[in-house]
Amino acid sequence: MPHSNHWIVPSLNLLASILLLISFAMLSRRRTQRLITLYAWQGLVLFASTFLVAYSSGQKELYYSAALTLLLKVIVLPWVLYRLIRNLGAQWDNEPLVNIPTTMLVGLGLVIFAFGLAQPISMMANTITRNTLGIALAVILLSFLMMITRRKAVTQVIGFLAMENGLFFAATSATNGMPMAIELGIALDLLVAVFILGIFFFQIREQFDSLDLHHLESLKED
Amino acid sequence: MVRQFGEVLLAIALAPLFVGWIAQCRAWLQSRTAPPLVQPYRMLRKLFQKDVALAANATPLFRITPYILFGSMVLAAAIIPSIATDLPFARVADAIALIGIFATARVFQSLAAMDIGTAFGTMGARREMMVGFLAEPALLMILFNAFLLSGSTALPSVVEAYSAGPHSINPSLTFAGVAFVMVLLAENARVPIDNPATHLELTMIHEAMVLEYSARHLALIEWASSLKLFNYACIGFALFLPWGIATHGADGGWALLLAAAALIGKLIVFGAALALIESLSAKLRIFRAPEYLATAFLIAVLGLLVHLLLGS
Amino acid sequence: MSHAAWISNGLLSLQRHDLSWMLILVLGWLVLGVIGLLRPHSLRFVARGLFPAGALIALGVALLGGVALLAGHAPQAAVLPLGLPGLPFHVRLDALSGFFLLLMGVAGAGISMFAAGYFRSGEGTSPGVLGLHYHIFLASMALVVLADDAYFFMVAWELMALSSYFLVVSQHRRSEIRRAGFLYLLMAHLGAICLLFSFGVLQGGNWQLTFEAMRATTHTPFWATVAFLLALLGFGAKAGLVPLHGWLPEAHPAAPSPVSAMMSGLMLKTAVYGMLRITFDLLHVQFWQWGVLVLVLGLFSALYGAIFAGVKTDMKRLLAYSSIENIGLIFTGIGLAILFASCHLPLFAALALSAVLLHSLNHSLFKSLLFLATGNVLHATKRRSLGALGGLAHTMPWVATLALVGTLAIAGLPPLNGFVSEWLLLQAFLFTPQIPHAFINMLVPLGAAVLALTVALAAYVMVKFYGIVFLGQPREPALEDAHDANWLERIGLAWLALGCIAIGVLPQIALRAAGAVTGLLLGQTVNLSSHLLWIAPIAPRQASYSGILLLAGIVCVVGITFVLVRVLAHGRTRRTVPWDCGYPWQTSRMQDTAEGFGQPLRHIFAFAFDMERELPSPADAAPHYRIHVEDRLWRMVYLPIVRAVQRLSDAIGVLQGGRLAVYLLYSFLTLLALLVGVL
Repeated sequence: MPHSNHWIVPSLNLLASILLLISFAMLSRRRTQRLITLYAWQGLVLFASTFLVAYSSGQKELYYSAALTLLLKVIVLPWVLYRLIRNLGAQWDNEPLVNIPTTMLVGLGLVIFAFGLAQPISMMANTITRNTLGIALAVILLSFLMMITRRKAVTQVIGFLAMENGLFFAATSATNGMPMAIELGIALDLLVAVFILGIFFFQIREQFDSLDLHHLESLKED
Repeated sequence: MVRQFGEVLLAIALAPLFVGWIAQCRAWLQSRTAPPLVQPYRMLRKLFQKDVALAANATPLFRITPYILFGSMVLAAAIIPSIATDLPFARVADAIALIGIFATARVFQSLAAMDIGTAFGTMGARREMMVGFLAEPALLMILFNAFLLSGSTALPSVVEAYSAGPHSINPSLTFAGVAFVMVLLAENARVPIDNPATHLELTMIHEAMVLEYSARHLALIEWASSLKLFNYACIGFALFLPWGIATHGADGGWALLLAAAALIGKLIVFGAALALIESLSAKLRIFRAPEYLATAFLIAVLGLLVHLLLGS
Repeated sequence: MSHAAWISNGLLSLQRHDLSWMLILVLGWLVLGVIGLLRPHSLRFVARGLFPAGALIALGVALLGGVALLAGHAPQAAVLPLGLPGLPFHVRLDALSGFFLLLMGVAGAGISMFAAGYFRSGEGTSPGVLGLHYHIFLASMALVVLADDAYFFMVAWELMALSSYFLVVSQHRRSEIRRAGFLYLLMAHLGAICLLFSFGVLQGGNWQLTFEAMRATTHTPFWATVAFLLALLGFGAKAGLVPLHGWLPEAHPAAPSPVSAMMSGLMLKTAVYGMLRITFDLLHVQFWQWGVLVLVLGLFSALYGAIFAGVKTDMKRLLAYSSIENIGLIFTGIGLAILFASCHLPLFAALALSAVLLHSLNHSLFKSLLFLATGNVLHATKRRSLGALGGLAHTMPWVATLALVGTLAIAGLPPLNGFVSEWLLLQAFLFTPQIPHAFINMLVPLGAAVLALTVALAAYVMVKFYGIVFLGQPREPALEDAHDANWLERIGLAWLALGCIAIGVLPQIALRAAGAVTGLLLGQTVNLSSHLLWIAPIAPRQASYSGILLLAGIVCVVGITFVLVRVLAHGRTRRTVPWDCGYPWQTSRMQDTAEGFGQPLRHIFAFAFDMERELPSPADAAPHYRIHVEDRLWRMVYLPIVRAVQRLSDAIGVLQGGRLAVYLLYSFLTLLALLVGVL
């Protein structure tokens, strides 16, 4: 390792913890607009942690992927999403299916599950950030939970994006990042996914006059 | 012993000033003319001069409660290491027992509020006890964090352990600190849960409980609640910002003066921060209080789990 | 021989025979009960004469129990020339039984003294019969703790169940009391069957029923677990562990108040005793899964009891639910102790076990005190519903003051005793991250949060209880002439209150007593050798607490403040009407009712209740509000069982045709079947 990790490991741990906290904040927020802001913050933390890992491990590629994160997840995607919800008129309250304290408690259970699961796995990795694998796993599960408990379609997309953030973080912490080609591919996928889903939303609203997902239940045949 | 008494007297003297400082900052932030810093003292002097108007059916419990409140807060101030850790009285109670002392004060205050048998008194008592039982799990989890890092729940040992170890930004401690500020606001009847400036009957908690008190009794209660806020702030400093507190063996005269200066500095910054938080947030509906305190609990638990995972 | 040497010799000889003395004292209770039958209708003779004598015997039992505990010598055992041929009764006095005898003696003395002044003529069973049941109940509890073989244990256990059943139904003319008694008897027997099976597993195939033989037997993990689970079922049913608690809130309120106090304060502790005896003494191994199971059940019971106590409006039922909560706390400690012991952390196990023992002792004091106080309120006002009470502090100052001590103690407030045991339990929780199992070391610390929530809820409940009964304005005019306790009752209440204060202020003595037990069961005690003023169970650096200095500090500061305020300001006071924001029309009905005080709990924990509510509409001329809160477990657990039993008995009921010929046919078929067996 080219640099001493005297201050890097605590800082990375702190960033990882903040990532987890943001995931919980997403679970507890009712407003879609606030969710997007939180997503942008998550991207920023992710950028900082990737940058730190790049600095400590000295891998050039990781600098690129940090820059990509900054560009895509902090600037482009939040901007696109803001535009989307403004055009859809879906900025406001988004009442969850399950009440918030219960969601939080379930989330807590998921965190414990993820941490317990990650403990043996992280022993196999040899990066300095291996301990944060549990947090990455928890972020993925929490984002999944958010997708399950929300009613509106936009939130599902944000959940999906947050989940990808968790995966990205897992990759950085376990193996110092994925190969560049794969990362570029994923970034492109995300972008495309957001556009396609945006088109979907307009279609859904056209059809049902609302973005509430329970309208989709009427599509099933009985 | 000198340290001990000095610390207690400092707490008794500074506590109203701290409340006055927060009120001043709030006024500035809200573009009002600020009351002078010594306003709380003037209030206390006025109240001590007045005659007590006591409800005809008050029991002795009602009359002794202000003294018990004040006494338990002074006792807590003697236990919390605010300027020095080498306090003979600090071993009487660790942080968990300290919560117990605060709970005693709360129960007495609620019982006294029910004593006269008015509608507002009982309502205030019920709400106060509700906030109490919601806050206590969060508070315990915060102490759990401190225990995992320092191996102790006795506040002097916690401070000594921190000052011996290397300083670094610890995630679990950061989480616990955030949770602690949330609990502090709730427990001291401040903005998101209660409003210290309100006298609107249906929303108040603390004020509803002390409606029947007057003159010296009210003065003691107000002084006790300012001491409570001061004590909470000092617990927070001991757990999360222990720098400056004179540790065992290095607590000569100059070190103590320096520690007192550090304490005042921390109080000024923290008071301003509290005023900022209070000005930025709106008072919650009373049944949003569980959600608020559940969030504090959750953050504290996350701190605990992160500590167990990262092992730092 | 010097005087001191003579006394110490006397004490030594007393120690040598303390088992025999103990048995003589227990026999004394039985004799008192029988003497009462000589003049069964004389209240004066039975109540004022025999009950105080019973209290004296209880003091003797406490003394001997304490000696057995603190003297630190080997357990004493004896074989009694009683029982069946080949199955004599074995008795044994060791530290564990000594501790529980101490508990029974101390609390029993206060309750008996109170009972002497409490019983009135014309209430249910005649005094002599009541006295007989009462003293058999006391003696059988002592025998449960002394028994050293499964056979004698079960005999004493059943005696205890039956005598307490008769006490519960002493006012048997009321149908709801008969119903409560039946439910109690049913649960007691289901529990006893489980215990019987558990002992059957424990004897391990060599048909030796003495505990000595069971200790010597090694059990495979499977059979050990079976025995443990059966014991948990049996003792859990007796202790009122959720979901086996159904009988408790019915039976405790139905009994006369001293009996409620005995059942809640003492009888539930025999279940704790049995649990400790089997888990830590008779079985050699503990598994962490057991600990987790008991821990979860304990925490669940504690939270459940606290929530329900918060919404109940009958004062004795409220206290009964609070007993479930406290039993939950005790079982939480047991679970923690098992968990630590199974992970070879004996010091922390000793800490948890000390908390268990101390909380058992504390609960027997403050819960008895409060149940007795409700007895006074009941006699003075004839009201049990909180909604009809209020302002009794003015008319019943003695009861109000002594009940305040119990209220503060049960709410877990320093410097009283309830706080000490809860503090110890929380201290034990702090070490749970050291348990070497993934998941468990993360999940169990969260139990501490549940514990803190429960303790804080208990404070809520007790503020409700005390505030509504004793403080405020009388909600009904009849309350103005309630009468205070008589002097015998005051002695009983004051004794228990004194116990609450003494253990709170000097917990190190009680902790030393608990240390003898943990030494016996785990071979380890918490740190006892520290300064006389402090307790610091693990290390002074880690945590310490001093009840006596805390009390002294508060008294000093309050005194100084009082004097200073008088000297520097003044003491002028005038009496006026309450202000209440200047609202002119204030009646006593505008105070919070018990329902109102429970409203936040109903709101926050809505998922736990089955609620029926009738809200008046604003246009109602005669508005009426009614709420009925029901235990959801009752519908989910008990009623399906009841229905299943009903169906089964219906199916069997078909056999009962009512025609003589059919019955003769049954006999004939049985005879044929037996004859076939002979072939």
